[in-house]
Amino acid sequence: MKHLIDPMDLSVEELDEILELGEEMYTHPEKYAELAKGKKIATLFYEPSTRTRLSFESAMLDLGGNVIGFSSANDSSVSKGESVEDTVRTVGCFADVIAMRHPNEGAPKLASMVSPVPIINAGDGGHNHPTQTLTDLLTIRREKGKLDHMTIGLCGDLKFGRTVHSLIKAMSRYAGVKFVLISPKELRVPDYIISDVIEPAGLSYEEVESLEDNIGKLDILYMTRVQRERFFNEADYVRLKDTYILDKKKMKLAKDDMIILHPLPRVNEISPSVDDDPRACYFRQVKYGKFVRMALISKLLELK
Amino acid sequence: MKIDSIQNGIVLDHITAGNAMRLYYDLGLDKLDCSVAMMQNVKSGKMGKKDIIKVDKDEYDIDLDVIGYIDSGVTVCIIKDGVTIEKKKVDLPKKLINIQKCKNPRCITAIEPNIPHIFNLTDEKRRIYRCIYCEDSARP
Repeated sequence: MKHLIDPMDLSVEELDEILELGEEMYTHPEKYAELAKGKKIATLFYEPSTRTRLSFESAMLDLGGNVIGFSSANDSSVSKGESVEDTVRTVGCFADVIAMRHPNEGAPKLASMVSPVPIINAGDGGHNHPTQTLTDLLTIRREKGKLDHMTIGLCGDLKFGRTVHSLIKAMSRYAGVKFVLISPKELRVPDYIISDVIEPAGLSYEEVESLEDNIGKLDILYMTRVQRERFFNEADYVRLKDTYILDKKKMKLAKDDMIILHPLPRVNEISPSVDDDPRACYFRQVKYGKFVRMALISKLLELK
Repeated sequence: MKIDSIQNGIVLDHITAGNAMRLYYDLGLDKLDCSVAMMQNVKSGKMGKKDIIKVDKDEYDIDLDVIGYIDSGVTVCIIKDGVTIEKKKVDLPKKLINIQKCKNPRCITAIEPNIPHIFNLTDEKRRIYRCIYCEDSARP
Protein backbone atom coordinates (compact mmCIF):
# COMPACT_ATOMS: atom_id res chain seq x y z
CA MET A 1 0.00 0.00 0.00
CA LYS A 2 1.34 3.38 -1.03
CA HIS A 3 1.09 6.56 1.06
CA LEU A 4 2.11 10.11 0.14
CA ILE A 5 3.76 11.65 3.19
CA ASP A 6 6.83 13.30 1.70
CA PRO A 7 7.22 14.46 -1.90
CA MET A 8 10.22 12.11 -2.15
CA ASP A 9 7.90 9.13 -1.57
CA LEU A 10 7.21 9.33 -5.30
CA SER A 11 9.90 8.40 -7.80
CA VAL A 12 10.42 10.77 -10.73
CA GLU A 13 8.62 8.20 -12.91
CA GLU A 14 5.62 8.03 -10.55
CA LEU A 15 5.58 11.81 -10.35
CA ASP A 16 5.57 12.09 -14.14
CA GLU A 17 2.73 9.56 -14.36
CA ILE A 18 0.63 11.56 -11.92
CA LEU A 19 1.34 14.85 -13.70
CA GLU A 20 0.51 13.32 -17.06
CA LEU A 21 -2.72 11.87 -15.74
CA GLY A 22 -3.53 15.21 -14.10
CA GLU A 23 -3.09 16.96 -17.45
CA GLU A 24 -5.26 14.37 -19.17
CA MET A 25 -7.97 14.80 -16.51
CA TYR A 26 -7.73 18.58 -16.91
CA THR A 27 -8.29 18.23 -20.66
CA HIS A 28 -10.96 15.48 -20.57
CA PRO A 29 -12.64 15.55 -17.13
CA GLU A 30 -15.78 13.80 -18.43
CA LYS A 31 -13.85 10.58 -19.09
CA TYR A 32 -13.11 10.21 -15.37
CA ALA A 33 -16.47 11.24 -13.90
CA GLU A 34 -17.24 7.74 -12.54
CA LEU A 35 -13.75 6.38 -11.98
CA ALA A 36 -14.06 6.35 -8.16
CA LYS A 37 -17.72 5.38 -7.96
CA GLY A 38 -18.40 3.65 -4.63
CA LYS A 39 -15.15 4.92 -3.08
CA LYS A 40 -14.84 7.35 -0.16
CA ILE A 41 -12.18 9.81 0.86
CA ALA A 42 -11.97 10.96 4.50
CA THR A 43 -10.61 14.47 4.92
CA LEU A 44 -9.25 14.69 8.47
CA PHE A 45 -8.38 18.35 8.94
CA TYR A 46 -7.10 19.14 12.42
CA GLU A 47 -6.51 22.76 11.46
CA PRO A 48 -8.43 25.14 9.18
CA SER A 49 -8.07 25.07 5.42
CA THR A 50 -10.15 26.36 2.54
CA ARG A 51 -8.33 25.40 -0.63
CA THR A 52 -6.74 22.09 0.24
CA ARG A 53 -9.78 20.50 1.88
CA LEU A 54 -12.22 21.69 -0.77
CA SER A 55 -9.76 20.70 -3.47
CA PHE A 56 -9.55 17.12 -2.13
CA GLU A 57 -13.30 16.93 -1.70
CA SER A 58 -14.12 18.28 -5.16
CA ALA A 59 -11.44 16.02 -6.66
CA MET A 60 -13.17 12.95 -5.18
CA LEU A 61 -16.64 14.19 -6.14
CA ASP A 62 -15.48 14.82 -9.71
CA LEU A 63 -14.22 11.24 -9.81
CA GLY A 64 -17.70 10.05 -8.83
CA GLY A 65 -16.72 9.17 -5.26
CA ASN A 66 -17.95 10.36 -1.87
CA VAL A 67 -16.52 12.41 0.98
CA ILE A 68 -16.57 12.10 4.77
CA GLY A 69 -14.46 13.79 7.44
CA PHE A 70 -14.06 16.75 9.75
CA SER A 71 -12.74 20.25 9.22
CA SER A 72 -11.49 21.07 12.70
CA ALA A 73 -10.18 19.10 15.65
CA ASN A 74 -13.06 20.46 17.76
CA ASP A 75 -15.60 18.63 15.58
CA SER A 76 -14.15 15.19 16.26
CA SER A 77 -13.19 12.81 19.05
CA VAL A 78 -9.82 14.55 19.06
CA SER A 79 -11.46 17.06 21.39
CA LYS A 80 -12.01 14.13 23.79
CA GLY A 81 -8.32 13.32 23.68
CA GLU A 82 -8.28 10.57 21.04
CA SER A 83 -4.83 9.87 19.59
CA VAL A 84 -4.02 10.28 15.90
CA GLU A 85 -3.42 6.53 15.69
CA ASP A 86 -6.83 5.60 17.07
CA THR A 87 -8.62 8.16 14.89
CA VAL A 88 -6.93 6.79 11.78
CA ARG A 89 -7.58 3.15 12.66
CA THR A 90 -11.25 4.04 13.14
CA VAL A 91 -11.68 6.16 10.02
CA GLY A 92 -9.80 3.53 8.02
CA CYS A 93 -12.79 1.23 8.65
CA PHE A 94 -15.05 3.66 6.75
CA ALA A 95 -12.94 5.28 4.04
CA ASP A 96 -10.78 4.00 1.16
CA VAL A 97 -8.23 6.80 1.41
CA ILE A 98 -7.48 9.49 4.02
CA ALA A 99 -6.21 13.03 3.46
CA MET A 100 -4.86 14.45 6.73
CA ARG A 101 -3.85 17.96 7.73
CA HIS A 102 -2.37 18.39 11.18
CA PRO A 103 -0.63 21.29 12.96
CA ASN A 104 2.03 18.93 14.34
CA GLU A 105 4.89 17.81 12.14
CA GLY A 106 4.98 14.11 11.37
CA ALA A 107 1.34 13.36 12.25
CA PRO A 108 0.58 11.92 8.78
CA LYS A 109 3.75 9.80 9.00
CA LEU A 110 2.52 8.41 12.30
CA ALA A 111 -0.89 7.81 10.72
CA SER A 112 0.68 5.90 7.83
CA MET A 113 2.35 3.52 10.28
CA VAL A 114 -1.02 2.21 11.52
CA SER A 115 -3.52 3.00 8.77
CA PRO A 116 -5.32 0.23 6.88
CA VAL A 117 -5.81 2.60 3.90
CA PRO A 118 -3.52 5.03 2.01
CA ILE A 119 -2.69 8.27 3.82
CA ILE A 120 -2.14 11.52 1.96
CA ASN A 121 -0.32 14.26 3.84
CA ALA A 122 -2.39 17.40 3.28
CA GLY A 123 0.07 19.54 5.27
CA ASP A 124 1.79 18.87 8.60
CA GLY A 125 2.82 21.96 10.55
CA GLY A 126 5.78 23.70 8.94
CA HIS A 127 7.10 20.42 7.56
CA ASN A 128 5.70 19.11 4.26
CA HIS A 129 2.79 19.65 1.91
CA PRO A 130 3.33 17.19 -0.94
CA THR A 131 0.00 17.69 -2.76
CA GLN A 132 0.69 21.43 -2.96
CA THR A 133 3.98 20.38 -4.55
CA LEU A 134 2.15 18.24 -7.10
CA THR A 135 -0.02 21.29 -7.76
CA ASP A 136 3.05 23.51 -8.16
CA LEU A 137 4.74 21.03 -10.49
CA LEU A 138 1.67 20.66 -12.70
CA THR A 139 1.39 24.45 -12.83
CA ILE A 140 5.04 24.85 -13.85
CA ARG A 141 4.74 22.07 -16.40
CA ARG A 142 1.63 23.56 -17.99
CA GLU A 143 2.80 27.17 -17.86
CA LYS A 144 6.49 26.68 -18.74
CA GLY A 145 6.35 23.37 -20.63
CA LYS A 146 9.16 21.76 -18.59
CA LEU A 147 10.48 21.23 -15.07
CA ASP A 148 14.23 21.26 -15.67
CA HIS A 149 16.79 24.03 -16.33
CA MET A 150 14.88 26.70 -14.50
CA THR A 151 15.83 29.40 -12.01
CA ILE A 152 13.28 29.38 -9.25
CA GLY A 153 13.07 32.10 -6.62
CA LEU A 154 11.37 31.22 -3.36
CA CYS A 155 10.45 34.31 -1.39
CA GLY A 156 9.13 35.02 2.10
CA ASP A 157 8.88 32.57 4.97
CA LEU A 158 11.26 29.82 3.94
CA LYS A 159 11.69 28.54 7.49
CA PHE A 160 8.15 27.49 8.35
CA GLY A 161 6.84 27.40 4.76
CA ARG A 162 6.11 23.70 4.30
CA THR A 163 5.22 24.20 0.63
CA VAL A 164 8.69 25.63 0.10
CA HIS A 165 10.42 22.62 1.67
CA SER A 166 8.37 20.18 -0.35
CA LEU A 167 8.87 22.07 -3.62
CA ILE A 168 12.65 22.29 -3.15
CA LYS A 169 12.78 18.54 -2.50
CA ALA A 170 10.79 17.80 -5.64
CA MET A 171 12.56 20.29 -7.92
CA SER A 172 16.00 19.15 -6.73
CA ARG A 173 15.53 16.00 -8.80
CA TYR A 174 15.48 17.90 -12.10
CA ALA A 175 18.66 18.86 -13.95
CA GLY A 176 19.86 22.41 -14.16
CA VAL A 177 17.53 23.86 -11.54
CA LYS A 178 18.87 26.89 -9.65
CA PHE A 179 17.38 28.08 -6.38
CA VAL A 180 17.35 31.71 -5.29
CA LEU A 181 16.23 31.69 -1.65
CA ILE A 182 14.90 35.14 -0.77
CA SER A 183 14.08 35.71 2.89
CA PRO A 184 14.99 37.69 5.98
CA LYS A 185 17.77 36.02 8.02
CA GLU A 186 15.26 34.83 10.63
CA LEU A 187 13.16 32.96 8.06
CA ARG A 188 15.82 31.16 6.04
CA VAL A 189 15.28 27.53 5.00
CA PRO A 190 16.16 24.95 7.67
CA ASP A 191 19.77 23.74 7.42
CA TYR A 192 18.74 20.24 6.39
CA ILE A 193 17.15 21.54 3.19
CA ILE A 194 20.55 22.83 2.12
CA SER A 195 22.73 20.02 3.51
CA ASP A 196 20.48 17.04 2.79
CA VAL A 197 18.57 18.13 -0.31
CA ILE A 198 20.15 20.87 -2.44
CA GLU A 199 23.86 20.18 -1.93
CA PRO A 200 23.71 16.38 -2.47
CA ALA A 201 21.80 17.03 -5.71
CA GLY A 202 24.72 19.19 -6.88
CA LEU A 203 22.42 22.12 -7.66
CA SER A 204 23.35 25.75 -7.26
CA TYR A 205 21.61 28.02 -4.78
CA GLU A 206 22.00 31.40 -3.21
CA GLU A 207 20.49 32.86 -0.04
CA VAL A 208 19.65 36.54 -0.49
CA GLU A 209 17.50 39.17 1.21
CA SER A 210 16.47 41.50 -1.63
CA LEU A 211 13.60 40.63 -3.96
CA GLU A 212 14.20 43.70 -6.20
CA ASP A 213 17.86 42.81 -6.81
CA ASN A 214 17.10 39.23 -7.79
CA ILE A 215 13.69 39.14 -9.49
CA GLY A 216 15.21 39.84 -12.91
CA LYS A 217 17.03 36.50 -13.07
CA LEU A 218 14.03 34.31 -12.21
CA ASP A 219 11.95 32.03 -14.45
CA ILE A 220 9.59 31.26 -11.57
CA LEU A 221 8.83 33.34 -8.49
CA TYR A 222 7.23 31.37 -5.67
CA MET A 223 5.81 33.82 -3.15
CA THR A 224 4.79 32.71 0.33
CA ARG A 225 2.90 34.17 3.25
CA VAL A 226 4.56 34.80 6.60
CA GLN A 227 2.35 32.54 8.68
CA ARG A 228 1.15 34.01 11.97
CA GLU A 229 0.19 30.54 13.27
CA ARG A 230 3.81 29.28 13.12
CA PHE A 231 5.21 31.96 15.45
CA PHE A 232 5.43 31.50 19.21
CA ASN A 233 6.11 35.23 19.53
CA GLU A 234 3.60 37.72 18.08
CA ALA A 235 6.18 40.52 18.03
CA ASP A 236 8.40 38.53 15.64
CA TYR A 237 5.44 37.97 13.33
CA VAL A 238 4.52 41.66 13.26
CA ARG A 239 8.13 42.63 12.55
CA LEU A 240 8.53 40.20 9.65
CA LYS A 241 5.09 39.92 8.06
CA ASP A 242 5.44 42.67 5.45
CA THR A 243 9.09 42.16 4.54
CA TYR A 244 8.20 41.39 0.91
CA ILE A 245 5.36 42.88 -1.09
CA LEU A 246 5.25 42.09 -4.79
CA ASP A 247 3.73 44.98 -6.70
CA LYS A 248 3.59 46.34 -10.24
CA LYS A 249 6.82 48.28 -9.77
CA LYS A 250 8.77 45.13 -8.90
CA MET A 251 7.08 43.20 -11.71
CA LYS A 252 8.61 45.68 -14.19
CA LEU A 253 12.02 44.26 -13.19
CA ALA A 254 10.96 40.67 -13.95
CA LYS A 255 11.33 38.72 -17.21
CA ASP A 256 8.34 38.83 -19.58
CA ASP A 257 7.84 35.08 -19.28
CA MET A 258 8.48 34.73 -15.53
CA ILE A 259 5.54 33.10 -13.74
CA ILE A 260 4.33 33.89 -10.22
CA LEU A 261 3.12 31.04 -8.05
CA HIS A 262 1.67 31.25 -4.54
CA PRO A 263 0.22 28.39 -2.48
CA LEU A 264 -2.44 30.83 -1.13
CA PRO A 265 -3.97 32.22 0.97
CA ARG A 266 -2.12 35.48 0.49
CA VAL A 267 -2.23 38.38 2.88
CA ASN A 268 -0.12 41.38 1.83
CA GLU A 269 2.75 39.75 0.00
CA ILE A 270 1.21 40.11 -3.47
CA SER A 271 -0.59 43.33 -4.22
CA PRO A 272 -4.02 42.73 -5.84
CA SER A 273 -2.83 45.07 -8.61
CA VAL A 274 -0.62 42.20 -9.85
CA ASP A 275 -3.57 39.80 -10.26
CA ASP A 276 -4.34 40.97 -13.82
CA ASP A 277 -0.76 40.47 -14.97
CA PRO A 278 -0.70 37.40 -17.28
CA ARG A 279 2.38 36.20 -15.38
CA ALA A 280 0.27 35.78 -12.22
CA CYS A 281 -0.59 32.06 -12.16
CA TYR A 282 -1.80 31.61 -8.59
CA PHE A 283 -5.50 31.29 -9.31
CA ARG A 284 -4.92 28.97 -12.27
CA GLN A 285 -2.66 27.04 -9.88
CA VAL A 286 -5.69 26.35 -7.64
CA LYS A 287 -7.50 24.77 -10.56
CA TYR A 288 -4.56 22.56 -11.48
CA GLY A 289 -4.51 21.46 -7.83
CA LYS A 290 -7.88 19.76 -8.09
CA PHE A 291 -6.89 17.79 -11.18
CA VAL A 292 -3.57 16.65 -9.80
CA ARG A 293 -5.34 15.47 -6.62
CA MET A 294 -7.79 13.54 -8.82
CA ALA A 295 -4.81 11.89 -10.47
CA LEU A 296 -3.16 11.13 -7.12
CA ILE A 297 -6.32 9.59 -5.64
CA SER A 298 -6.72 7.43 -8.77
CA LYS A 299 -3.13 6.22 -8.50
CA LEU A 300 -3.26 5.47 -4.76
CA LEU A 301 -6.54 3.59 -5.16
CA GLU A 302 -5.22 1.90 -8.31
CA LEU A 303 -8.32 2.92 -10.22
CA LYS A 304 -8.36 2.22 -13.94
CA MET B 1 43.81 3.63 42.72
CA LYS B 2 42.87 -0.03 42.40
CA ILE B 3 39.54 -1.53 41.47
CA ASP B 4 39.25 -5.29 41.52
CA SER B 5 38.61 -7.19 38.32
CA ILE B 6 35.15 -8.69 37.99
CA GLN B 7 34.31 -12.39 37.71
CA ASN B 8 31.08 -12.16 35.71
CA GLY B 9 29.76 -9.09 33.98
CA ILE B 10 30.60 -6.40 31.48
CA VAL B 11 33.45 -3.94 31.10
CA LEU B 12 33.03 -0.87 28.93
CA ASP B 13 36.50 0.19 27.88
CA HIS B 14 37.85 3.03 25.73
CA ILE B 15 35.05 5.39 26.71
CA THR B 16 35.91 8.92 25.62
CA ALA B 17 36.95 10.76 28.79
CA GLY B 18 33.93 12.57 30.19
CA ASN B 19 31.28 10.27 28.68
CA ALA B 20 31.10 7.69 31.48
CA MET B 21 28.59 9.60 33.57
CA ARG B 22 26.18 10.03 30.66
CA LEU B 23 26.49 6.33 29.78
CA TYR B 24 25.93 5.44 33.42
CA TYR B 25 22.57 7.17 33.49
CA ASP B 26 21.45 6.53 29.89
CA LEU B 27 22.16 2.80 30.24
CA GLY B 28 20.17 2.78 33.48
CA LEU B 29 23.15 1.55 35.50
CA ASP B 30 22.04 3.75 38.39
CA LYS B 31 19.02 1.46 38.77
CA LEU B 32 21.03 -1.77 39.17
CA ASP B 33 21.56 -3.27 42.61
CA CYS B 34 24.93 -4.87 41.77
CA SER B 35 28.39 -3.32 42.04
CA VAL B 36 29.11 -0.79 39.32
CA ALA B 37 32.54 0.84 39.14
CA MET B 38 33.18 3.95 37.11
CA MET B 39 36.66 5.29 36.49
CA GLN B 40 37.27 8.64 34.88
CA ASN B 41 40.39 10.05 33.21
CA VAL B 42 42.32 6.77 33.31
CA LYS B 43 45.70 6.99 31.54
CA SER B 44 45.57 5.41 28.08
CA GLY B 45 48.35 4.85 25.55
CA LYS B 46 46.03 5.29 22.56
CA MET B 47 43.58 7.86 23.88
CA GLY B 48 45.65 9.87 26.35
CA LYS B 49 42.90 9.45 28.90
CA LYS B 50 39.72 7.43 28.91
CA ASP B 51 36.83 6.36 31.11
CA ILE B 52 35.99 2.77 32.09
CA ILE B 53 32.81 1.24 33.53
CA LYS B 54 32.61 -2.20 35.15
CA VAL B 55 29.28 -3.87 35.84
CA ASP B 56 29.48 -6.86 38.16
CA LYS B 57 26.37 -8.68 37.03
CA ASP B 58 26.05 -12.01 35.27
CA GLU B 59 23.95 -12.18 32.07
CA TYR B 60 23.30 -8.48 32.01
CA ASP B 61 21.68 -7.42 28.72
CA ILE B 62 23.27 -4.11 27.81
CA ASP B 63 21.80 -1.79 25.16
CA LEU B 64 24.54 -1.53 22.54
CA ASP B 65 22.58 1.09 20.58
CA VAL B 66 22.74 3.50 23.52
CA ILE B 67 26.50 2.99 23.75
CA GLY B 68 26.99 3.31 19.99
CA TYR B 69 24.97 6.53 19.87
CA ILE B 70 26.74 8.23 22.76
CA ASP B 71 30.27 6.98 22.11
CA SER B 72 30.85 4.73 19.12
CA GLY B 73 34.50 4.02 20.01
CA VAL B 74 33.66 2.02 23.14
CA THR B 75 34.83 -1.59 23.50
CA VAL B 76 32.39 -3.91 25.24
CA CYS B 77 34.03 -6.86 27.03
CA ILE B 78 31.92 -9.75 28.31
CA ILE B 79 33.55 -11.41 31.34
CA LYS B 80 32.75 -14.98 32.40
CA ASP B 81 34.51 -16.67 35.33
CA GLY B 82 37.13 -13.93 35.32
CA VAL B 83 37.97 -14.43 31.63
CA THR B 84 37.10 -12.14 28.73
CA ILE B 85 35.01 -14.35 26.45
CA GLU B 86 33.90 -11.69 23.99
CA LYS B 87 35.17 -8.28 22.94
CA LYS B 88 33.36 -6.04 20.52
CA LYS B 89 33.63 -2.50 19.17
CA VAL B 90 30.37 -0.65 19.02
CA ASP B 91 29.31 1.18 15.83
CA LEU B 92 26.89 4.04 15.34
CA PRO B 93 23.43 2.42 15.31
CA LYS B 94 21.38 2.88 12.13
CA LYS B 95 18.20 3.46 14.09
CA LEU B 96 17.46 4.82 17.56
CA ILE B 97 14.28 3.80 19.31
CA ASN B 98 13.46 5.68 22.52
CA ILE B 99 17.11 6.60 23.06
CA GLN B 100 16.93 10.23 21.99
CA LYS B 101 13.82 12.39 22.38
CA CYS B 102 12.81 14.72 19.58
CA LYS B 103 13.28 18.29 20.76
CA ASN B 104 11.12 19.94 18.09
CA PRO B 105 8.12 21.40 19.98
CA ARG B 106 6.05 21.15 16.79
CA CYS B 107 6.74 17.42 16.32
CA ILE B 108 3.84 15.00 16.79
CA THR B 109 5.90 13.29 19.51
CA ALA B 110 5.49 16.46 21.60
CA ILE B 111 1.74 15.94 21.94
CA GLU B 112 1.27 12.16 21.65
CA PRO B 113 2.91 10.73 24.76
CA ASN B 114 2.72 7.05 23.86
CA ILE B 115 4.46 6.92 20.51
CA PRO B 116 8.09 5.79 20.21
CA HIS B 117 10.74 8.42 19.49
CA ILE B 118 12.50 7.01 16.43
CA PHE B 119 15.53 8.48 14.67
CA ASN B 120 17.31 7.20 11.55
CA LEU B 121 21.00 7.75 10.88
CA THR B 122 20.92 9.95 7.77
CA ASP B 123 24.52 11.15 7.62
CA GLU B 124 27.10 8.75 9.02
CA LYS B 125 30.05 11.07 8.35
CA ARG B 126 28.56 13.97 10.29
CA ARG B 127 26.80 11.61 12.74
CA ILE B 128 23.40 13.16 12.12
CA TYR B 129 20.17 11.44 13.01
CA ARG B 130 16.73 12.63 11.93
CA CYS B 131 13.38 12.11 13.61
CA ILE B 132 11.29 9.88 11.34
CA TYR B 133 8.24 12.08 11.95
CA CYS B 134 9.42 15.69 11.63
CA GLU B 135 13.01 15.24 10.30
CA ASP B 136 14.44 17.40 13.08
CA SER B 137 18.07 16.48 13.66
CA ALA B 138 19.83 15.02 16.66
CA ARG B 139 23.50 14.48 17.29
CA PRO B 140 25.14 12.34 19.94
